[in-house]
Amino acid sequence: MLDNKQDNILKSKKLSIGYSSKKQRNIIAKDLDLNLIKGELVCLLGKNGIGKSTLLRTLTQVQPKLSGEIFIQNNVLEDYTPSELSKQISIVLTEKIPPSNLTVYELIALGRQPYTNWLGTLTNEDIIQINLALDQTNLHDLVNKRCDELSDGQLQRVMICRALAQNTDIIILDEPTAHLDIQHKIETFKLLQTLAHKLHKSILISTHEIQLAIQTGDKLWLMIKDGFLTGEPQTLIKNDNINQLFDSELIKFDKKSNQFIVN
Amino acid sequence: MQTLFRNPLAGPYVLGISSGASLGVAILILGSSILGGSFLIFSSSNIMLSIAASLGSFLVLFAVILVAKRVKNTMTILIIGLMFGSITASTISVLAYFSSAEYLQQYLFWSFGSLGNLTWDEILIFVIIYLIGIALVIPTIKPLNTLLLGENYAKSLGINFYKTRNLILIATSLLTGVITAFSGPIAFVGLATPHITKLVFNTSNHKILIPAVALFGAIIMLISDTIAQLPNSEYTLPINAITTLFGAPVVIWLLVRKKKINL
Repeated sequence: MLDNKQDNILKSKKLSIGYSSKKQRNIIAKDLDLNLIKGELVCLLGKNGIGKSTLLRTLTQVQPKLSGEIFIQNNVLEDYTPSELSKQISIVLTEKIPPSNLTVYELIALGRQPYTNWLGTLTNEDIIQINLALDQTNLHDLVNKRCDELSDGQLQRVMICRALAQNTDIIILDEPTAHLDIQHKIETFKLLQTLAHKLHKSILISTHEIQLAIQTGDKLWLMIKDGFLTGEPQTLIKNDNINQLFDSELIKFDKKSNQFIVN
Repeated sequence: MQTLFRNPLAGPYVLGISSGASLGVAILILGSSILGGSFLIFSSSNIMLSIAASLGSFLVLFAVILVAKRVKNTMTILIIGLMFGSITASTISVLAYFSSAEYLQQYLFWSFGSLGNLTWDEILIFVIIYLIGIALVIPTIKPLNTLLLGENYAKSLGINFYKTRNLILIATSLLTGVITAFSGPIAFVGLATPHITKLVFNTSNHKILIPAVALFGAIIMLISDTIAQLPNSEYTLPINAITTLFGAPVVIWLLVRKKKINL
């Protein structure tokens, strides 16, 4: 197989993830060969507890891998210092941020921290990048609002904007639409799709929105009981792979309506 | 500290750090009473006092942090801080029981707190340690702003969390230690001042907050001291009593209005 070296933004070989303590190793998933290329939106699907979050945490070096290799821009992940890595990967989490007096603008400006000096002073370049991010996410009207005045949907968009301001090639989102209604879910997926295609960001999101993932994702990563599957949504549907996501007799995937239904 | 603990009620007194400093001093003054004359020379020296107080506060703070790592719930951390405070208080009681009246009086007067009775030499020591403490705080301004988003986001922005935390811990115990040594334990100012400052400035940016809190703290102490001197009378009240009389209602008020508290 011929790789175009420049397009491999994030890659792993024989990656095993899980938790290890002195007594035992708890392997959650093994032999993962992942490949995230430039400008694609990848949706990571899997049932609760299958290890989606663990995988994302391992890829962002929040927790150590068990074995195998992870490459960011063809360099080994572990060779990056935290500040170097913060220029490669930005994240959006499910967890709520603690209450504070931060304004939207201040919060988004925090995304520029990897580039600012020791006092965090914003340079002209930083302000340009912040404005670009605001343009992309259409948030100019909200900049002077306080973060605790925002709705969940607005706040999530602000967090995505902050990740954009961080100006990284890779954006990783952990269940970004968990608290949102269907309109904001669709808007979020659409926004991420646009960012991937227009700005050539590599975006990886974990989600339970199977229908939206099929409609907007360029590729799906499926974490299933027996392993790991990857491919374009339509291929995975055709091969009945989506159905393997859940091992319950109670539900099955309906190819016509692109969703899981009661069996 | 309130940002670090993600808890608006964190402060040197509430978390038992001041009590730690008291313990250090108590061991020095009362301990030397029990052990006899050989320590006598040291116990009167203020440098020894501040070292003992700093060590005491650092030990308690370290213990609190160790426990804080195990429990995620911030309310629990506060309660644990209170427990540490109780432990130190009872240790002091035991020490007091075994020591002579003379030393007990020396300790008791110290624990009342006073901003007076300092020689210029002592103030010089105070200023030097204070400046070291401030110098340690300045590099934490930028990471602290990131920590407003929570630990995980801060890490993704390339912040070295443990270094930041240790810097703040050392600076806090140094400052608490030296202040407690020279002026006795002063309650509630450390807790209440940041909130008053935030009410006035309406921001969470530590670049503004840190100098402003230092200034406001000084103003509040000056007002408390003025009240303690009881203008037009010969009496001087213990300053610790004054700050508590005004500080405790502030804490109650904060708890009642819990929803409104921001970092």
